[in-house]
Amino acid sequence: MLIRGETGDWEMVLGLEVHAQVTSQAKLFSGASTAFGGEPNTQVSLIDAAMPGMLPVINEMCVRQAVLTGLGLNARINLTSVFDRKNYFYPDLPQGYQISQYTQPIVGAGVITIDLPDGSTKPVRIARLHLEQDAGKSLHDQDPHRTFIDLNRAGVALMEIVSEPDMRSPDEAAAYVTKLRAILRYLGTCDGNMEQGNLRADVNVSVRRPGEPFGTRCEIKNVNSIRFIRQAIEYEARRQIEILEDGGTVEQETRLFDARKGETRSMRSKEEAHDYRYFPDPDLLPLVLDPDWVEELRRSLPELPDAKRERFMRDFGLSAYDASVLVAEKETAAYYESLIDGGRRDPKLAANWVISELYGRLNRTGTPIEQSPVGAGALGELLDLIADGTITARTAKDVFDTMIETGRSAAAIVEEKGLKQITDTAAIEAAIAAVLDANPDKIADYRAGNEKLMGWFVGQVMRATGGKANPKLLNETLREKLKG
Amino acid sequence: MSLDKDMVRRIAHLARIRVADDELEPVARDLERILGFVEQLNAVDTEGVEPMTSAVAMTLRQRPDVVTDGDRREEVLANAPDRAGAFFAVPTVVE
Repeated sequence: MLIRGETGDWEMVLGLEVHAQVTSQAKLFSGASTAFGGEPNTQVSLIDAAMPGMLPVINEMCVRQAVLTGLGLNARINLTSVFDRKNYFYPDLPQGYQISQYTQPIVGAGVITIDLPDGSTKPVRIARLHLEQDAGKSLHDQDPHRTFIDLNRAGVALMEIVSEPDMRSPDEAAAYVTKLRAILRYLGTCDGNMEQGNLRADVNVSVRRPGEPFGTRCEIKNVNSIRFIRQAIEYEARRQIEILEDGGTVEQETRLFDARKGETRSMRSKEEAHDYRYFPDPDLLPLVLDPDWVEELRRSLPELPDAKRERFMRDFGLSAYDASVLVAEKETAAYYESLIDGGRRDPKLAANWVISELYGRLNRTGTPIEQSPVGAGALGELLDLIADGTITARTAKDVFDTMIETGRSAAAIVEEKGLKQITDTAAIEAAIAAVLDANPDKIADYRAGNEKLMGWFVGQVMRATGGKANPKLLNETLREKLKG
Repeated sequence: MSLDKDMVRRIAHLARIRVADDELEPVARDLERILGFVEQLNAVDTEGVEPMTSAVAMTLRQRPDVVTDGDRREEVLANAPDRAGAFFAVPTVVE
């Protein structure tokens, strides 16, 4: 995507560093809980508080999750990796350094495929993934003169996933985060909850004339929603183009995205160039992985979104669009697969019901699919009633509304309200006769050549039967009667 | 390797260690002597030798993912210079 400036076209170059909180019970180097929302400073061990003499011991689950993620990103797993100290002072970092990985991360180069709005795909290379500790939380708005610190988050394991600068538009950056999040959630290695800050991105933005070498980049810190990532990129690219077109130069710096104002601004508090003085943490030995264990994990990988979408298209004949919608969230995919019951139920009908009917109703109340009042089994029973001719598709929608409201079964609702489809020829003929008798003028019109009225007649008879008339039988009989 | 006073000032600041102006010169000389001692290692030919990150012939021990610690807020906050209820309190950090 090119951006038109005053003096010609520009291209943006984007790279992302995503911080993903590892799904685990305990922290990376201590036995304190990672649970969200605990009372302040109750999930803090003396290791997290950096008391003298405490020693870190690594949590094997965090190692496993990082390796699984690396495999899911088609990346090289480094059988030997090293933990380093990244030294800086900040009140939410009691150690005075963050334990991270610098020259020898646990996961090396990989690649994922992103899906763009126009239906095309593009590979984005992953440079590396490393394990590191999260910092505590600072509260700036509780007191005019003091900042409050909660260390519950301090020491929780993060995966920092660094992309190559392969993206060229806000759409591509958004598609990258979307796909990355889906992969992490399918793997179960990060819950991807951006509102809770469990997935956040540092966005590197630079601009250049098409075909020229990369320009100077700015890093926008800690952007915590896909919408904000887009906004931050658009604002920042525009800002850099204005500077360059005025004959200035972009200064490499760290910037902050202000969501309220929709702009980025320099983080003046970090004026002094960072000098983290990384060195291997003497408290931790090199992390060495057993190649057989890594292969075992590789074999245990679940089906990931791209593979699942391919299978839905191939095995169930779904369109690329429907398949993409169904695999985007792993809960939706699980619901759908449970609904079609191994292909026993019509996959296309089921896809339509999930995407149009179920989503439509859940969105109205903002209910996530895993909390749907109608489970996959219950919706399946409804689809069975359509398939075996017990109810019409039209009736089914009304039944579904009642199911959503009351949580009762389709069969019980159909029985109680007497919604069974009318397949009795005499009953349908009687309903048709009543409509025709009341509308002699319309019949004349139809017979004079206005065949569009067929639809109107069908609608009238359907209404008269409460939507229960078998559509095929109704159409055939009506057409016959109208001939006169 | 020679160190000037500005370099010492910068290192001291990064480490949050207060070094008075009249101490900068002597500290610079001390650090130079330490660095000179370490530089002797450069005389050894390490071409093709894996960097050693630990002096022990062991790999990292791992622990199971079980919550074994926490609920010790009073202990954690006991040595804090300032606190506000359940929180540590520090001078305002502005961004």
